[in-house]
Amino acid sequence: MNDFMMFSLVPMTVAILISLTCALLGNFLVLRRQSLISDAISHVALPGIVASFLLTGTIASAAMMLGAGVSALVTVVMIEAIRRLGRVEISAAMGVTFTSLFALGVLLLEVSQASGVHIDVQHALYGNLESLIWFEGVGLASLIDPTALVTLPPQLARVAMVALLVLVFVLVFRRHLILGSFDSEFAASIRARPALIDLLLVTMVAVAAIAAFEAVGSIIVIAMFICPAAAARLVTNHLGAQIAWSQLFALVSAVSGYWLAGSGLIWLGLDMSLSAAGMIATVAGLILLLACLWGPQRRGHAVLSNA
Amino acid sequence: MIEDWWLALAFSAGYNTTLVTLGAMLLGAGAGMIGAFVLLRKRSLVSDAITHATLPGLALAFVLIGVVQGDGRWLPGLLLGAALSAALGLWLVQWIGTRTRLGEDAAIGAVLSTFFAFGVVLVTVIQSMNVTGQSGLTGYLVGSTAGMLAVEAKLIAVCALVLLAAIFVLRREFLLVCFDADFAQTQGINTWRVDLLLLLLLMAVVVIGLKVTGLILIVALTITPPVTARFWTHRPSRMVALAALLGALSAYLGVTLSSARESLPTGSLIVLSAFAIFLVSFLAAPRRGVFASLLAHQRFRHRVHLRQGLLSMSHNEPIFDGLTLKLLRRAGYIRRDGAATPQGRAAARDAEHEERLWALYRRLYPGDALHREHAGLEPIARVLPPDAINDLEQRLPPKGEPA
Repeated sequence: MNDFMMFSLVPMTVAILISLTCALLGNFLVLRRQSLISDAISHVALPGIVASFLLTGTIASAAMMLGAGVSALVTVVMIEAIRRLGRVEISAAMGVTFTSLFALGVLLLEVSQASGVHIDVQHALYGNLESLIWFEGVGLASLIDPTALVTLPPQLARVAMVALLVLVFVLVFRRHLILGSFDSEFAASIRARPALIDLLLVTMVAVAAIAAFEAVGSIIVIAMFICPAAAARLVTNHLGAQIAWSQLFALVSAVSGYWLAGSGLIWLGLDMSLSAAGMIATVAGLILLLACLWGPQRRGHAVLSNA
Repeated sequence: MIEDWWLALAFSAGYNTTLVTLGAMLLGAGAGMIGAFVLLRKRSLVSDAITHATLPGLALAFVLIGVVQGDGRWLPGLLLGAALSAALGLWLVQWIGTRTRLGEDAAIGAVLSTFFAFGVVLVTVIQSMNVTGQSGLTGYLVGSTAGMLAVEAKLIAVCALVLLAAIFVLRREFLLVCFDADFAQTQGINTWRVDLLLLLLLMAVVVIGLKVTGLILIVALTITPPVTARFWTHRPSRMVALAALLGALSAYLGVTLSSARESLPTGSLIVLSAFAIFLVSFLAAPRRGVFASLLAHQRFRHRVHLRQGLLSMSHNEPIFDGLTLKLLRRAGYIRRDGAATPQGRAAARDAEHEERLWALYRRLYPGDALHREHAGLEPIARVLPPDAINDLEQRLPPKGEPA
């Protein structure tokens, strides 16, 4: 139990919070056929974070969040500019943008590594959930012990804040989000400002991606956005139910993935532990595979009601 | 540092660097070429999925080879593993896209991230295994041209050459399918098979390119040069050739730049070179570039203003718009005080006559007029043949009556 408090409580909570947050937003991305925005945004979190480090010299979370947020904004503006001014197809515009920015991030990282910066390319890609150890978490009593609670890894509070922010965003704008997901022209005609909502949604995706970045890495987070929501889409025709299913799938992926990575192999008699973030995403992908094979609504048309 | 770059640019920075440069250039050409077809088929981001899907196969092959011979680094085996898992990922993207109601975007995103995640899990397996050469594996993530052996460079060069030849041989079928899939079908071409072939070749490019740019950045080589080429030409065959050229150029610049100093990552520099070329084209390409578009827009605006000004003059209406006045003055149609010059009066009469001809044309042949972009702005003699204009002149009602 004490081992669990110290080594697993925080990573697991972080994993659950990230999964739930990403899956919540993922519902709207999947409905709008904009899933790949999460791909683009999560790739450019890297240059944003590196640039903000080089500029401010700290890895304080506020600076990193700001850096990644700015790079997300730059990405969206670049994609739109290339698409509109250059008349380039959207997916190609996205490809040009995020690969170039990601390359810039890797270059900055490698060049600055020579001057003693410690952000690791591998960790940026894979994430490092396991490192969130709560040294003072020595037992259940620590949960109500203020001095122990202060030493909780700061990532936990950050992830919780972002989860709350995203939840509030979805609750406040739910009608706009739903309208824009089904009929953006109608939404525009009743002045629901679909373009603004689009931008806000992308910003929220960026915020969630950045929060997840450090823990689970930049590519695995894409699975957290898409897989649970896509699987839920194949299970039901009702948006409310779809969101509920996506949350359930996210929770199952986070818990079982974390457990499999940490103790699954030990139970099998092999003494090794695997990447927790990788395992969580793998489980999410397997759930999607099952939904593709047997989901009750896997072939239906795009009919979807709001009840 | 600059001198080192010059040496590399001139292919005289040593045998290994030269070999790597040539191999990367061949690869860039192949990637640009196949990417052009993929862009024309509007499936650019499929290569994103394929690339990330190589990781689990790569890792699994590494484990198997490592168990057999103690060292996981054996390039042909690793490439085979990567190719197999990329093929599986590709098939899954197709399958999810056609058999379920999820869009291709969700299929691509789900496959790329899940495969990559599973690959990461396998990489952690490798890290706890007792095989040598583990550090070599990370080179596949962001590329490690600097650490490339001469044998590997040769293998990449030969593969890329074979690939390039294959794409060259198949270019007609590809172009036909990309240009008009339905027409290709009537010509007895199996579109489905050509598409599959296209994706298989794309996969081959990705797999061969792993070692050069790394698995996350190879996707850039298949997207950016073709998009750039599109700015310079709208003939598909020329676009394919140009994309190949630009791909090779990006690789050449990137590899040589990175050989100038120890810590520079090759893959990133190749991608950034490609982006620099894209940026220049995006801004300055003669027909589709941003500057050219702005100029064309400006010219169009001037023409509209000038024409409206002349029409107002012919109706003796006052003109208040500043730009219109300026344009009329510059053309010598009005004097500084705003009075019409003899030239101006003649031009206004012509403009009005032309306007009446256009109005009649629009009334008589509304369907045709719709198809002519900006009908009424071009001089009518440039758009319609002389006999048609003659015919319109005959039927033109006397002045004063509506046309």
